[in-house]
Amino acid sequence: MKKLVVYLMAMPDTPKLVQAAVDAGADIVELGFPFSDPLADGPVIRRAGERALAAGMRTKRCLEVLAETRARVSVPLIVMTYSSIFDAYGWERLETDARSAGATSFIVVDLPADVRPELRRVQLVAPTSTDARLKLAAGSTDGWLYLVTVTGTTGARTELAPTLAPLAERTRAVTDVPLYAGFGISTPEHARAAAELVDGIAVGSRAVEAAEDGPAELARFVGSLRSALDAVAVA
Amino acid sequence: MSQTFGVYGGRYVPETLIPALDELESAWASLRDDDSFRAELHHLLTTYAGRPTPLTRVERFAPDQRMYLKREDLMHTGAHKINNAVGQAVIAQRLGKKRIIAETGAGQHGVATATVCARFGLECIVYMGSEDMRRQAPNVERMGLLGAEVRPVEFGTRTLKEATSEAIRDWIANVDTTYYLIGSCVGPAPYPEIVRELQRVIGHEAREQILQVEGRLPETVVACVGGGSNAIGMFYDFVPDEDVRLIGVEAAGAASLGTGRPGVLHGARSSLLADEDGQIMDAHSISAGLDYPGVGPEHAYLRDTGRAEYVPCTDDEALAAFHRLCETEGIVPALESSHALARALDCGDELVVVCLSGRGDKDLAEVLNYKPGSQVEPGLGVST
Repeated sequence: MKKLVVYLMAMPDTPKLVQAAVDAGADIVELGFPFSDPLADGPVIRRAGERALAAGMRTKRCLEVLAETRARVSVPLIVMTYSSIFDAYGWERLETDARSAGATSFIVVDLPADVRPELRRVQLVAPTSTDARLKLAAGSTDGWLYLVTVTGTTGARTELAPTLAPLAERTRAVTDVPLYAGFGISTPEHARAAAELVDGIAVGSRAVEAAEDGPAELARFVGSLRSALDAVAVA
Repeated sequence: MSQTFGVYGGRYVPETLIPALDELESAWASLRDDDSFRAELHHLLTTYAGRPTPLTRVERFAPDQRMYLKREDLMHTGAHKINNAVGQAVIAQRLGKKRIIAETGAGQHGVATATVCARFGLECIVYMGSEDMRRQAPNVERMGLLGAEVRPVEFGTRTLKEATSEAIRDWIANVDTTYYLIGSCVGPAPYPEIVRELQRVIGHEAREQILQVEGRLPETVVACVGGGSNAIGMFYDFVPDEDVRLIGVEAAGAASLGTGRPGVLHGARSSLLADEDGQIMDAHSISAGLDYPGVGPEHAYLRDTGRAEYVPCTDDEALAAFHRLCETEGIVPALESSHALARALDCGDELVVVCLSGRGDKDLAEVLNYKPGSQVEPGLGVST
């Protein structure tokens, strides 16, 4: 079975959206804690972050939403955010409080693998990563490795990036951990193509857009990705 | 080479950029003491950019002091920014990069970058907030004349903070072909060190010049601080001179060092205008070049160690100093530098050297439209 990771920005109504996504086939959910200056994000997630902050989604409120989400679902929940949020709250304190609220792990987009290794988290690698850095990230990652398919920010693309295949091949050569690909995967066709290369996929911007239209639309979208991945699994 | 200044600095960037930063760090480590690099830089700075700049005594501006201005306003393109742009353009060439991106606030760094790109035949794209494009329209026109593409940034504060974020996003997407020519001593390592070393020439010359004309070191050295590149360049050679006071002057509505807290922005940990959750707040200044909620990590370090002090200056005070220098000395200063002039006048010391980081031609429209007392307080950096 190929794994399906869905990203949603933390908002007051996120718990029921996460439940809808899980019921439709999401295996893992990334919960975004918004940051005012998200360097790695394209326009869709940047705007979602702006809306979340305008709606009062500060770190404490995000932790409450995380706990409310955990009460509804049992899948892994991964807090995805930026260093500034950790630095202000306290690195150890946020790790502790988030785990208490039900977080399974973390993704800190602007924290390279060799910085603050004591924070156990899912590491990211990119097409530009050297083999030495692939090993470094794979050696310290928490459960699976996040392959950034493109040299670029988050956001839907028209085609699956040609950089994923060589990255998957190079990464596979240095590690046995599961590899999930994200950034730029937005359609069932992308999902199917990516799943031929790796063990799972992560969908962010397009899921955030679908969530804006409510749980039913999100469930429909997640369901279409699930079907695409399951078609790969039986092939 | 250290990547940090005490607890500040570092590299807080997506993994995509790490190999490019490693490449830059390694290139810089070999170039900084390389004779041919230093010779090329010296040649460009002296035959193209206008070094050395004079030290000018301003007796009518400061009749009760012995005040000298380090005249970076006389540099090609009108500000100290060209020191850095020339140096990084040479680095980019040595790295074989043909596409240059930059961010700009007041437009001075954008113009300096566009200028060196024209000189070297490099493609140049400058990110600039649309609010800054309105405030600094002449510089937008100049960049166009120089062949650069100015890309407006239309979200958030529409100023330097968002322009910098967009430049970094461009770099993430085009890192294989592109050199990011950052304009201040900010950003991930090794940028703060590279920019400091390229701007150090300001203080190096000023120190020699004041010793020559006065026979002693100044009591005080003053510079304005936005990101902090003219200040770190002015201060650095005076740091070992423990009796010389170093005063950095921030815009009162953008006092990242005076009222900020530790945080992470644009790839480095520094002192920032941020709220208790780590969300970056809006800065406010009449001067687009100081209108930035962050500051170079080395300034945060100099503040914490007590080696430099950082004081605020309001828009009204800067404007008064601006007019005074125009009327008493026939020098039109940049609004940024006017902040340093205001605090130099009331610092209480006699022998003072001020970095006049740029000239004020770009600011005339803003000065003529200014209504005294209109300054607003810093607010939360989130559009609602």
